[in-house]
Amino acid sequence: MIWDQKAECMPHKEREELQLERLKRIVKYAYDNVPFYKKRFKEAKVKPEHIQGLKDIQKLPFTEKADLREGYPFGMFAVPRKDIVEVHTSSGTTGKPVVAGYTRNDIDLWSEAMARALTMAGTSRDEIIQNCYGYGLFTGGLGVHYGAQRIGATVVPISAGQTKRQIQIMVDFGTTILTSTPSYALYLAESAEEEGLSKRVKLKAGVFGAEMWTERMREELEKRFRLHALNIYGLTEIIGPGVAQECMEKSGLHIAEDLFFPEVVSPDNLEPLAEGEKGELVITTLTREGMPMIRFRTKDLTSLTRGKCKCGRTLVKMSRITGRSDDMLKIRGVIVFPSSIEKALLAVKGVEPHYQIIITRPHHLDEIEVQVEVSQKMFSDEVRRIEETRKNIEDSIEAEIGLRVKVTLVEPKSLPRSEGKAKRVIDKRAL
Amino acid sequence: MGELKQLSIFAENKPGRLEKITRVLAEAGINILAVSISSSVDFGVIKFIVDKPEKAREILRENGFTVSLNPVLAIELVDAPGGLHSVASILYKCNVNIENAHVFVQEGRDKAYLIVEVEDVEEAKKSLSGELLKFY
Repeated sequence: MIWDQKAECMPHKEREELQLERLKRIVKYAYDNVPFYKKRFKEAKVKPEHIQGLKDIQKLPFTEKADLREGYPFGMFAVPRKDIVEVHTSSGTTGKPVVAGYTRNDIDLWSEAMARALTMAGTSRDEIIQNCYGYGLFTGGLGVHYGAQRIGATVVPISAGQTKRQIQIMVDFGTTILTSTPSYALYLAESAEEEGLSKRVKLKAGVFGAEMWTERMREELEKRFRLHALNIYGLTEIIGPGVAQECMEKSGLHIAEDLFFPEVVSPDNLEPLAEGEKGELVITTLTREGMPMIRFRTKDLTSLTRGKCKCGRTLVKMSRITGRSDDMLKIRGVIVFPSSIEKALLAVKGVEPHYQIIITRPHHLDEIEVQVEVSQKMFSDEVRRIEETRKNIEDSIEAEIGLRVKVTLVEPKSLPRSEGKAKRVIDKRAL
Repeated sequence: MGELKQLSIFAENKPGRLEKITRVLAEAGINILAVSISSSVDFGVIKFIVDKPEKAREILRENGFTVSLNPVLAIELVDAPGGLHSVASILYKCNVNIENAHVFVQEGRDKAYLIVEVEDVEEAKKSLSGELLKFY
């Protein structure tokens, strides 16, 4: 099933013409309406007129998450605030969040992109979608919701949590499409087995994203739920979910490139990479009104592959995200930078920057353990006092990153020291 | 009123920690007179009364341990029924709150002392002055 036959199956040449026309328009629009872009373009000595071919995009400066934070809250908007009908923020809680603003047309664009994505997973009006992505400022919940509504499928806006109830509803309503993080889906599968209700679950497909996952997890999900486990990609800065989605071929995610123009660049020198080469994904929104993004560095690592897919789509495919070019982590869908954990640690009196962050996924849910070496200043002859300090560190980290972590105190010099950059993060999730 | 100091050492809750600490002390020729261990979930504090506390602290720090040396009350115990009770009664009467306590036998084994950790040793000693207690 294909939602928008014309847009998704257009010959490559024809799409390039469309992309160029849209690129020219959006670059000029961004330059004229967002002071940030005007300033950046001037610094880089480029003008919108310099865009004559698609390759000319390489003349334009990049945009980064930090630029969006700098513009907090509404600095990146290209329209008066009254024309913005909805805002979302990225899931990170470090300092200022990234704010994304949507005009009515942007909501329409997002609904279309998500309708395409959900259709790739076999969603039609006949299906019941159980949407476990969080509703609220996070884009996951409403993004899926808009797409489902556009298609006319029945959407159950349940968000995550209340696992028993989730499974009961899944069985009673006869849910056929599950949208959630892959780790939460595995948790649901396990719980369904425990309740003895696995056999009564009628899922056909799952649209899984918002965190990194693996082929091994796909096998596991497909086996346990007897469904097609498909990968979805998106980010708040660009629109939310729906930027790219896997079709039933399960060999990469089709980027809605008529809407979101992709490039892959080397994380080292930011030079463009050839097809098939792995690097950092950079996206330009071609039609977004409220907050156009020009060459946004996603910092997600992937590669692009062209060619007609067996599903009939001609949209370029990106490989499963395999890592980041910065140290950003996603823990239970929440963006966490190790630097914010360090900041929170050092805010507690007596704590020295000797620590290690260990991430595990014991029961399909991410957990962070922060090991901190006990300094002479933190030490007391009373266990109770030390315990208090330990709790203070946990509280401080929670206030900074928005997640409860487990802090373990370890003996001085017991954590590995390295000569160069210390290896602070040990990710044992097998991503 | 003599003063007794107690060593406190941070240790993770895992096998071999006491072995390592006591090895360091043994190799430095330090005699351990009393030991107590209090622990939380993932860590503990090991406490020693030793013959050469300053030297012990130095040697443990050199070996990478987090150590502190704190004054404690050491109250002589009478070796007879009611011995501990009489001390406890006086502490109670004088409103001295015990944070931790354990027993230490002096070198030569002729006397035993109740080691009492309190919030403020000086304050406690003041409260207890004039009472029929023998200190280390």
